[in-house]
Parts: sequence; C-alpha cells; structure tokens
Amino acid sequence: MQYALLIYSDESGWESLSEADRQALHAEYDSFTGALVASGAIRGGDQLQGASAATTVRIRDGESLVTDGPFAETKETLGGYYLIDVESLDDAIGWAAKIPCARHGSIEVRPVVAREGTA
Amino acid sequence: MEAVERAFRAERGRVLAGLLRVLGDFDLAEDALQDALAAALVHWPRRGVPANPGAWIATAARNAAIDRIRREGTLRRKLALLEPDVDAPTDDTFPDERLALFFTCCHPALALETRVALSLRSLGGLTTDEIARAFLVPEPTLAQRLVRARRKIRDAGIPFRVPPGHLLPERTTGVLAALYLIFNQGYGPPVRVDLCDEAIRLARLLAVLMPDEPEALGLAALMLLHDARREARGGEELVLLEDQDRSLWDIDRIAEGQRLLDRALRLRRSGPYQLRAAIAALHTAPETDWPQIAALYAELAARTGSPVVELNRAVAIALGGELDAGLELIDAIDLPRYHLLHAARADLLRRLGRDAEAAAAYRSALELAPTEPERRFLARRLASVEG
Repeated sequence: MQYALLIYSDESGWESLSEADRQALHAEYDSFTGALVASGAIRGGDQLQGASAATTVRIRDGESLVTDGPFAETKETLGGYYLIDVESLDDAIGWAAKIPCARHGSIEVRPVVAREGTA
Repeated sequence: MEAVERAFRAERGRVLAGLLRVLGDFDLAEDALQDALAAALVHWPRRGVPANPGAWIATAARNAAIDRIRREGTLRRKLALLEPDVDAPTDDTFPDERLALFFTCCHPALALETRVALSLRSLGGLTTDEIARAFLVPEPTLAQRLVRARRKIRDAGIPFRVPPGHLLPERTTGVLAALYLIFNQGYGPPVRVDLCDEAIRLARLLAVLMPDEPEALGLAALMLLHDARREARGGEELVLLEDQDRSLWDIDRIAEGQRLLDRALRLRRSGPYQLRAAIAALHTAPETDWPQIAALYAELAARTGSPVVELNRAVAIALGGELDAGLELIDAIDLPRYHLLHAARADLLRRLGRDAEAAAAYRSALELAPTEPERRFLARRLASVEG
C-alpha cells in the first residue's frame, strides 16, 4: 500500500537553530532517506521551501484568485513529504516515527488512493 | 428467536475473526455474519438448534461470503480460501483469530471511543443499541462510528494480525486500556451490569489468548475482584467498603480473581493492573492489611504518577493507624476539584475529632460530588459533624 508521509512543523523552530544544529539535522534526514531507499520502500520525497515562498490558487465562479502564502495560516506548516510503499499502516507508522521532525512536529500518514494497476 | 440470539452473542467474535483472517474485509465479514443470522432465524425454528451452533454459524457465514463475492465480483481471489475443506474435521477446528481481532479493534490509529465501541461490537456480545445506551450516545451516532471505524481499517491499511514482538508491549497496553475503560463505565456509579459482564468476558478471553501476559491476567483479576462486591455496594445508596455486607460478595468471582492474580504474579513482571488487583484482593481479607495496601499504592503511584493513586495511598496510611501522617500527605496533593480528595480529608478530620474542619471539607466535597448517592452520603456525614 502506498502512503504519503506529510511532514508538518513550526518553521520558527528551524530558524532559531544554530548552523551546527541545522547541519546535524540535515545529516539525520540524509541518514533516514538512505535507510528508506535501502529498504526499497521509497517512491518519492522532497523537502519543500518555506511557507513564505508559497502561493495559493483558487478558481471560484470562473474567477482566478491567486494569493500570497499557504492555503491557511497555521502554526505548523507542510515542510516536505515522502511517498512510500509498504505492507500495512504499521510499517508506515514505523517509518514516520523515524523522521527527525516527528520529535518536535507532526507527521501525517495518509494512504494514497490506489490507481488502476497498482496494489 | 432466543436461542439464535444467545448463540450469536456467544459465537460472533470467533466467527467474525475467522472470516476476517480469510477475507481481510470487515464490511464483507459483517455482512456475511448478518446473512448467517438471517439464515439461522429461518432454519433453527424449523429444524431445531444445531448441536454445534458455532460451526453452523461459521459455515453459514462462509457460504454467505462466497455468495456475496460471486454476486459483487470483488475479492474473487479470496474465493479459493473460502471453499470448505472437505477433509477437515468439523467442530472446534476453525482457528481462533480473536486475538488478532482484539488488536485490530484497539489499533492506535482508531480513537479510544472507537476502539471501545468496535471491541464491544466485534468481540463482545452487545448490539449497537446496547453499546449506544451504555455510553449515553444516540444509536445512529454509534452506528456511524462503527461504519467509519471499519472504513478506516480498510482504507488506511490497518493490518489484521497480532502485532510483531517490538510493537506488542505498547499495543497490549492499548487493548488493556480499552477493556479497563469499558469496565469502569460499567462499574459507574450507576452500575451497568451488562457492561461489567461484557468487560469481564472480554478480559477473561484476553487472559486465555495471552496466558503469558501478566497484565492481561492482572486486569481480568482486577475486574473479577471488584465485580464480586457489586451486590454489596448498594444501588441508590452508597455503601462504603468497611460497611458492606460481606455475605453479599461473590466468593466464586473472588476465588477466580485470586487464581488469575496468583498466576500473574508467578510470571514475575509487575504492572499497574496486577498492583490494583492485589489491592482489591487485600480488601477481601477479613482483616484489612492497610500497611501492605499502602505499600502497593506507593508502587502504583511510582509507576503511574497519578495523584489519585497518591490520595489512595494517603488514605491507606491513615486507616492503618497514622491519621495525622495521612492528612499531611493529602494536603500535599494538588487535586482541588476532586470531590473524593475533600471527602477523604473530611473523613480523617472527623476521625480526629476536628469537627469544624471536617464540616468545611464535607461542604467542599458536597459542592463537587457528581452523583446523587454520593451527595446524599456526604450530606449525612456533614450533618453528623455539625449536629
């Protein structure tokens, strides 16, 4: 089954880190990604640029509404994601728990809608 | 038909679990079970109750599942797994998958109230309506909760299995917590006998399915030891433990609880449910060993960090003969809105002859007491120190 692991955190936490701490966190993510790749479960993943770089698009009554910022003002914002293919929710939870951000943010584990031809 | 209802209550969990193992689809399994119920209501009045109702229901449900799969066209790959094995012996042979069902119903991805409802519906013998009434929730709300739970299990890929070793400890804690919640809901006040009985039934079943898990044994023991006093606790009027008519205690339940506790303790892995059960067991002795009870509460407090447990410890120390020490400990507990804290304080002050202070404490307790029996009891006590 495919799952999206959506990584939410308070960006101000990242901003308040020292350069050394940021490097250490990067190294942790590299290590996590490496383990995911080695297990064969990874299907995708990226770090996203900060919420301040976001633009939101809505079409209402044929009109295009383009606004500055993420879709909603929230304390925790989406910072990145992984797409994985594993046996069950337990495995997805297991991987989510290892994501460094899980320690101070939230990882949402969402099953992907199966497309024709996929498990 | 009463025999049908009884048989389904008794066998539902086992048959459902077996179907789930094969089908992996909760909705289909539930529908097949409903079809089997309908079939039983037609056939049993005519041909009599079968010698082995469980096997009959399992076969009927399996056949119903096959029919549904053929009609709906989904899950055709499961058909082969469902076809009855003609060489297999009949009764007592369908493997017991109920432990997997326990863990599935109590998966952490489901909200606690959902785990409780799903466990009671799937493994327990209660109907949706009975569960709704027990938890003071409208029946359609509860029915929806169950529908959403099964949908979540399917859509999110909650696996039907006993969790692997590294997950088992935390998951077992979750199952035990759900069962304990059911029992506490049933214990009240007011007492809901059917809910207590269901909780005990499920706890006993879990103890059978996990014989080497001391906390499962401990929880079943705890429930039995508490429930044994049910008749003596009083309905409309609160009857304190020390005032209870012990002849009303259920000695069979006490004995069974004690046996389970002994088995748990022999496994030498202590835990909160065992500790609570041990305390409950000590309360059944003719002479109450308050120092031992206090020591057990101390261990429990250390494990749970619960101020309520600390309160119980303070009371045990006081009733063991050290009223002043007990009072001091109570004064150090931060639970200003907990009526039992004020009631305990009031009681100790009363025993020390400090009536004015006792009265003040009883008034605080009275303000916060949530039930009528408790309020009446506290009012009587207040009168006794004011008069």
